[in-house]
Amino acid sequence: MDSLLTLLKTNARLTADELATMTGLTAAEVAAKIVAYEKEGVIRGYKAIINEELADKNAVTAFIEVKVAPKAEQGFDDLAKTIMSFDEVDSVTLMSGSFDLAVTLSGTDYKEIALFVARRLSTLEGVISTSTHFVLKRYKENGVLMDNDNVDERSLMSP
Amino acid sequence: MIDYDKLIADKCREMKPSGIRRFFDLANQREGVISLGVGEPDFQTPWNVRQAAITSLERGKTKYTANSGLTELKHAIAGKIKDQLGVSYNGDTEVIVTVGGSEGIDIAIRSLVNPGDEVLVVEPCFVCYSPIVSLCGGVPVPIATRAEDDFRLTAAMLKEKITDMTKLLILPFPNNPTGAVMDRHDLEQIAEVLDGTDILVLTDEIYSALTYGGEHCSIVQIGDMQERTIYVNGFSKAYSMTGWRLGYIAAPEPLAKQMLKIHQYAIMCSPTMSQYAAVEALSACDKDVEKMRREYDQRRRWLVKALNDIGLDCFEPRGAFYVFPSIKRTGMTSEEFCERLLNERDVAVVPGNAFGESGEGFIRISYAYSLKHIMTAVERIESFIK
Ligand SMILES: Cc1ncc(COP(=O)(O)O)c(C=O)c1O
Repeated sequence: MDSLLTLLKTNARLTADELATMTGLTAAEVAAKIVAYEKEGVIRGYKAIINEELADKNAVTAFIEVKVAPKAEQGFDDLAKTIMSFDEVDSVTLMSGSFDLAVTLSGTDYKEIALFVARRLSTLEGVISTSTHFVLKRYKENGVLMDNDNVDERSLMSP
Repeated sequence: MIDYDKLIADKCREMKPSGIRRFFDLANQREGVISLGVGEPDFQTPWNVRQAAITSLERGKTKYTANSGLTELKHAIAGKIKDQLGVSYNGDTEVIVTVGGSEGIDIAIRSLVNPGDEVLVVEPCFVCYSPIVSLCGGVPVPIATRAEDDFRLTAAMLKEKITDMTKLLILPFPNNPTGAVMDRHDLEQIAEVLDGTDILVLTDEIYSALTYGGEHCSIVQIGDMQERTIYVNGFSKAYSMTGWRLGYIAAPEPLAKQMLKIHQYAIMCSPTMSQYAAVEALSACDKDVEKMRREYDQRRRWLVKALNDIGLDCFEPRGAFYVFPSIKRTGMTSEEFCERLLNERDVAVVPGNAFGESGEGFIRISYAYSLKHIMTAVERIESFIK
């Protein structure tokens, strides 16, 4: 991957000047590349990586395995599009293996999610079955450790 | 009461504790210190290397190896040197696996230096060379490199210090603490001076995998310098394996044979599980090394610019993971600067004079830390200078 993208993936708040220094490009080149990436849709947005459990003790996230009967012609796309249009849904991914669509959802409590699955998701045409798993603890997300206790084992100074 | 001082060998008593020690103690007394003071990588040892060590333990590979190291590893080392430098060493007779580069340096110096021999030490440099020379009764002769030469050793500086008593030149590039490198052209000029003399070279290339914007060049690649050179390298920096304590030396057989005697009596052999891990490191970690190198490079670029921007002049280091800015314009000595920075802003860096007198007026800042950590520390340094 382009080193510019790798850097932005680890820290999207680096300025064009900093990115230029670190990649050896000029600031103008960096700015132009970013605009191009945004236009092409390679860069889809910039957001903070939040430890949801710390931000909101009651927040609930679920991972739902959805089995689907694919429609002729459109395959899974149609149903995926319907599912991703719900605001509650964070991500929709087509998977290989024993189920078809992986859906992540967040809500304010377990009941909200359970009701969403029961009423909106499993009733959709083409959905054969769903299996809901609730997230209990996040250890690492987007390459970032989610706990605060990764201490530097090294001494403060060494030759 | 026993008067221990009287009983200790003179040469040991006279050894000065490392200049870093005092700052280490000061920093440890404070809470919330953020450090840019370490000389070891922040990355984790690659997973497959750790796994290789575990597997060796599971298989019960817990005995001594041959004194000079596992045959498989020595051959892999010779192969690596051949790949990277195009220079051949016999893996059976010219390679010794040591307890870190540190032991390599130790046995190289001890095998060569007679009382009264002069050893040229290119400074500022890593702290261990001169004390070991002195312990052997040798005379360390510092050669001070200068910021205006990008901290390289020049032929003129070298010539000036050579006498009839000169036995050895210690050449530590890429350099800790300055980050300086010597390119082929620089090394050719050094080789020219040494050609036809009886002076040997100890080249400490522990940071050879970490160079930026140019391929690493070794003195063993120049002319017939290989025949007068002891080459030291190791796993600590390139593979982020400091705690494994593993390094190596490569040298012409007549030298290797002598050094091996010291190694054999003092050490027996390097840690067996670390040797198995090192075989894996050499065979399967080029990508990891490159990934770490690239990340160091990004931090280096950010840091050099940031330091120059806040008014700490630094030349662009092309190797290792240190920058060595001048603090002369603050009017403070290196130690004053570091002590006040620690007391007033809780940032720990190493005073340049810990690496030799010629380091006075500079500080060593390590970028073996996450960029986020470096940014926070630089903010504090900026507020300190203003
Ligand atoms: C220039 C140099 N040489 C040698 C060493 C020793 O490394 P090790 O004994 O871990 O291989 C170091 C460690 O900081 C160093 O900076």
